[in-house]
Amino acid sequence: MEPLSWPMIFAKMVVQFWPVWAALIVTVALSLHFRRRLGLYGKLFDSTVGLLGFVIVMFWVFTALFADLIITFDPIAQISQMKNVSPGTPVPGSDQWYLLGGDHLARDVFSRVVMGARRVLTIAPAATVIAFMVGITLGLPAGYFGGKLDTGLSFIANLVLAFPVILLFYLLVTPEIRQTGVPVVLAAVLFLFPVIFVSVLLNSRYFTNPARRNLYVGAALAVGLWAYSGLAFNADPTGIWSMDPNLLNVFVSVVFVNAPTVFRIVRGIVMDLKSRDYVAAGQTRGEGPWYIMLWEILPNARGPLIVDFCLRIGYTTILLGTLGFFGLGVSPESPDWGSTIDDGRKLLSIYPHPAVVPALALMSLVLGLNLLADGLREESMRD
Amino acid sequence: MLPFLLRRVGVMVLTALTLSFVVFCLTNLAPNLEKLARTEGSVRMSDEAVLSWIENNGHGGPMVMRYGQWLGVVPGWTRTDAQGVTRGRCIQGGLTAETAPRYCGILQGDWGTSTVFREPVIKTIKDKLGATGWLMLWVMLVMVPVSLIIGVLSGMREGSRTDRVLSTFAIATTATPEYVSGVILVVVFASATTGISPILAEWGWISGRTLFLGTATSAIDQITFWNFALPVMTIALYGIGYIARMTRASMTEVMTQQYIRTARLKGVAFHQVILKHALRNALIAPFTVIMLQFPWLLNGVVIVETLFNYKGFGWTLVQAAGNNDIQLLLACSVVAVFVVLLTQLISDIGYVFLNPRIRLS
Amino acid sequence: MTDWDPSKPILEIENLSISFFTRLREIPAVMDFSCTVMPGEAMGLVGESGCGKSTVALAVMRDLGKTGRITGGAIKFKGRDLTTMTEEELRHIRGSEIAMIYQEPMASLNPAMRIGEQLAEVPIIHQNMPRAEALALARQIIADVRLPDPDRILRAYPHQLSGGQQQRIVIAMALMAKPALLILDEPTTALDVTVEAGIVDLVKELGAKYGTSMLFISHNLGLILDVCDRLCVMYSGEAVETGNVREVFDKMRHPYTQALFRSIPLPGADKNSSPLIAIPGNFPLPHERPKGCNFGPRCDYFRDGLCNARDIPMDAVTDHDRHATRCLRWTEIDWNAPAKVGKITEKLPPGRLVLKMEDLKKYYAVSSGAFGGGAAKVVKANESLTFEAHENETLAIVGESGCGKSTFAKVLMGLETATSGSIMLFDENVQDTPIQARNTDTVSKLQMVFQNPFDTLNPSMTVGRQIIRALEIFQKGNSDAEREAMMLNLLDMVKLPRAFAERMPRQLSGGQKQRVGIARAFAGGAKVVVADEPVSALDVSVQAAVTDLLMDIQRENHTTLLFISHDLSIVRYLSDRVMVMYLGHVVELGSTDQVFAPPYHPYTEALLSAVPIADTRVQKRRIVLEGDIPSAMNPPPGCPFQTRCRWKSQVPGQLCETVLPPVQVLAGGHQIKCHLSAEQLARMEPVITIAAE
Repeated sequence: MEPLSWPMIFAKMVVQFWPVWAALIVTVALSLHFRRRLGLYGKLFDSTVGLLGFVIVMFWVFTALFADLIITFDPIAQISQMKNVSPGTPVPGSDQWYLLGGDHLARDVFSRVVMGARRVLTIAPAATVIAFMVGITLGLPAGYFGGKLDTGLSFIANLVLAFPVILLFYLLVTPEIRQTGVPVVLAAVLFLFPVIFVSVLLNSRYFTNPARRNLYVGAALAVGLWAYSGLAFNADPTGIWSMDPNLLNVFVSVVFVNAPTVFRIVRGIVMDLKSRDYVAAGQTRGEGPWYIMLWEILPNARGPLIVDFCLRIGYTTILLGTLGFFGLGVSPESPDWGSTIDDGRKLLSIYPHPAVVPALALMSLVLGLNLLADGLREESMRD
Repeated sequence: MLPFLLRRVGVMVLTALTLSFVVFCLTNLAPNLEKLARTEGSVRMSDEAVLSWIENNGHGGPMVMRYGQWLGVVPGWTRTDAQGVTRGRCIQGGLTAETAPRYCGILQGDWGTSTVFREPVIKTIKDKLGATGWLMLWVMLVMVPVSLIIGVLSGMREGSRTDRVLSTFAIATTATPEYVSGVILVVVFASATTGISPILAEWGWISGRTLFLGTATSAIDQITFWNFALPVMTIALYGIGYIARMTRASMTEVMTQQYIRTARLKGVAFHQVILKHALRNALIAPFTVIMLQFPWLLNGVVIVETLFNYKGFGWTLVQAAGNNDIQLLLACSVVAVFVVLLTQLISDIGYVFLNPRIRLS
Repeated sequence: MTDWDPSKPILEIENLSISFFTRLREIPAVMDFSCTVMPGEAMGLVGESGCGKSTVALAVMRDLGKTGRITGGAIKFKGRDLTTMTEEELRHIRGSEIAMIYQEPMASLNPAMRIGEQLAEVPIIHQNMPRAEALALARQIIADVRLPDPDRILRAYPHQLSGGQQQRIVIAMALMAKPALLILDEPTTALDVTVEAGIVDLVKELGAKYGTSMLFISHNLGLILDVCDRLCVMYSGEAVETGNVREVFDKMRHPYTQALFRSIPLPGADKNSSPLIAIPGNFPLPHERPKGCNFGPRCDYFRDGLCNARDIPMDAVTDHDRHATRCLRWTEIDWNAPAKVGKITEKLPPGRLVLKMEDLKKYYAVSSGAFGGGAAKVVKANESLTFEAHENETLAIVGESGCGKSTFAKVLMGLETATSGSIMLFDENVQDTPIQARNTDTVSKLQMVFQNPFDTLNPSMTVGRQIIRALEIFQKGNSDAEREAMMLNLLDMVKLPRAFAERMPRQLSGGQKQRVGIARAFAGGAKVVVADEPVSALDVSVQAAVTDLLMDIQRENHTTLLFISHDLSIVRYLSDRVMVMYLGHVVELGSTDQVFAPPYHPYTEALLSAVPIADTRVQKRRIVLEGDIPSAMNPPPGCPFQTRCRWKSQVPGQLCETVLPPVQVLAGGHQIKCHLSAEQLARMEPVITIAAE
């Protein structure tokens, strides 16, 4: 078979991504049709920037979802003749091509990037969610009560923020530290926050009706602690919740780096919102502080928090890439974008494609998230 | 002002102590020490031998005491072995047990010895910091003016075409981490096979094989445009986007303020409104942002020095971490944290000076 | 400029139309607006929020922002059309010929520039004056606006001045180039009444001194009467009536103007015998204006087929001085017919004692200085408050900012605990019980209505949900269905449609939100309600409706109402007893009649004189207080009011400066905290007199 020309490569890729296009078209069409009823999400479609960001992000989300349908080769299979081949080289003994060439271990760059999307888009949002829960659970009381609690928590947050991120990673993500069990301890602390958050959230709302409260909080605690035991201690008997120790280490470190910033943002918003009359109204009817924080203040802080959430997923993606770039990432086999760039950069000036392709993928995802955040910010300020 | 400064410095010292203790603990973890014993002693040491090596070289005992010794507030360890030879933390470089000082920690200027470079840590740090200083200087010189100008120009008339173009540029650069932009810059400008260099070479516009150099190793000896532009641009690009967006946000906010309308309706010309009324208020926020970006700038430095093989502070950090050089890693961390805290202090003080509302109340 | 004849109008607005353009639609803000300002004349623009009065002012300045556009008509300034001028031409007029004064003095001064620089800029730009000369001029104008120590002020930054001083600086800045026209956009709304009185006097005096014409925008009819010669009443983007101030006030010829005057509490109005008449319905949204007369749907004289048939032009009122009205039926209406009086109610006798405060004190320790350095200071927010409140009674608490009325509310509600003293609520001592420790019954019996309608409801929860939450917390109802029914009843009680239960607060108008706030406060059957300026942020026509609602509910539930306010007109209208506070002290306490008639506390006297009253029959003695309210952080020694008191010279010795006055109990339990002797107090003359008709 002949090697493919660039237009042919693009055509082949476009075809390969068909499930993504289909899903994108359906999503955008439905959203555009119902946008007047969808609140802030619907208004996003009024802004070009936001729409563009949304489409880029959803492109990668659907790519991650349908990765199995899109890939042309097993992302870790090595086909010996294909080492560092240029894009569009046909694979002997099959009717397929290495659409974006092969890497230094003769693996298909295209399939690796597609699979990498799945890795990045599971870790980054999950880590961001946990970081938000931690930041919110600590930031709310710090901002609301102020005083010594605030001073103490802010001091700790500033300690973490004074660390250059890269240094923290070099100290926290090492095989030695995994031997000492520090990541598990960190996980034990950090993963507890989501459980606390959800339980307190439900309790403060339903404590006036004990029967219902017991049901909701009980269910939340059961599921939460089950997942907690599995993720933090790998002690889930059913084995549904578990995390590879390497991954746990990376995950925990990323959460640890992000949580203080979220804490500071939440604290700032709470300090602003707590002087509102509806907060005072809650106080004068004898609401508990957690109800006021979680149900009166937090929903009204959602605008800036959603915007920051988008930005932070992007930032987390960059962080994960940084970890991969320094070889601190998950595992050498893993197709995640950061490590792939690291692998590719050694032969960068001779064979650029193994590094450039994941680099562009990462850049476009983060760009999409940033544009999305910008669109959301603009639209939420328009009210 | 003075009480504020004292309090601020107090908090800073407390932070520095806490952080250095945390770093000390993390670098002196048992597995790290075992690894150190095997590299310094012999790879095939038995587990007991490793433990006794650790004990004999002063890495035993409670963590707090060892931290105290390293800091120089607890007397250095001494140990007399079976042969009657006394060794100790402070007994080195020709000193005997009698002449050696009791304390020898960083407060006394003794930072220990690097196991990778086989020289005193303080010397390594000094040399490498110097190299990185040049890099930072150039980054700042490029980044700050460019980002402020972009931010002010786009924030001045929100929603205009200039704003759209510049904002898109700023967003794009913030979405491009150093290891991505570095790779792309090298491929475009410093690759003999791709990008613009082959074309330029073919046209005979450049004498070498590439337009820029893909490494900055030679910049240690002499900085030239051709070996330094790419590393500087790589770090600066990411920062430009970020600071420009902050400046833009601050500028657009200021432009909607009533006092800008007051100025406009006083008959002040638009450029005067910007220069006299808006700029000073708009630059207060970016100033702190620039200062608080140092922890992250250090990030960029590490990545870029690794990518371009420029043997500066970041490169040293990677070497120290990769080779389990405990003393050097510790020193690097302390220096990094210190730089960060110092910039925070400067940013606080600067903020107070820029903002009369705080200064005089 | 040279060919302008001083006998011609200085500003002529002809059929001006302004629209704002959003992505969805064009929103007309001002339609077919005309008015004329002659040299030296003060023109008032009055109307409720959203009527387009500020838009007109900004259009004169040609500063409508990106979305606003003049879609028709002309604005002629000294005969030249501003709507067709270039940016450059406009720049020469702005600041030098037309100057503007804004609502928020703090926001309109550049925080990072010294006052002197900001003032001097004007002549430097417009007259190329050298800097030193400009600064000298600035110094002189600062003295002109009667600010003390001009040299210090020249070098000061805006945040170093008080609100009243800042507004004087804004006025000084406007006068720097001796403009021919001054536009004042609600210049005193953000200020306290006693400070406002000083500013108003200054504006009038300077207007006369420099012969400046004024366009004075306000929602306050009393202020307009005080300042202006002519006025223009706006409603929903249109001028509905224009003319000479006294003629419009006494012989109005538009139903809206009439309704407006009937809904504001003028002296003589009384909640029992002659209640206010609220304007029914709501202000139309700009894109939902009715056909024909905008006021039609709310008008008593509306006639189908006539008023909603076509656009209505302004019609000149014959025999009046340039008086015109946008009403088709003005000749048919009997303007002298007395208003249909609403239901007259009996005054309920005060019931049992429900609240008793004795010698209540609340001090705060605050650290001075921005960085926490320096010694901690004690702010005495409340000093020895003693009073009682009975069932069915309305006790008004009157005072300006910093008088401690909000702190008092916080302590009473249990959000803060008292430093010393006792609070008896029903039969319980609650002074040391924070709200978390109070039992549900006590909490639900004592509730609060808040000031800011935009803040009082949680923006991300439906109206129904918020009321149901209050029911849940107060342990009312046994099931969700029961609480749902109770919530709907509460909506009925505050006269809101039941469909509002599903609405989000942003879909409600200010008055509607305030009603929801009232429903929420009464969810647990409140017996004592603290209303913290519940209507001050609402438009006048809405104020009447909300006030009456509050009165009705009070009558039905036999509630004790603690009505916190700075507005003496409304206080006189609805309260049974009045407590006047100044810097944390109760300076006067008595029944409404006692407080509003001599003898007064000197502060009450000044306060009464400062409140603008929109009634041409009222004669007021002008008492303008010097200076600003002292900071609660740094109160004066002796009598708190001594720094501004005009009676101080009549007290012998240094008594006022050194000794806190005792409380004098006069006839009928009327209490006054003052050193003046009973004879001196008895010699005081009334501030307000109503001329016989």
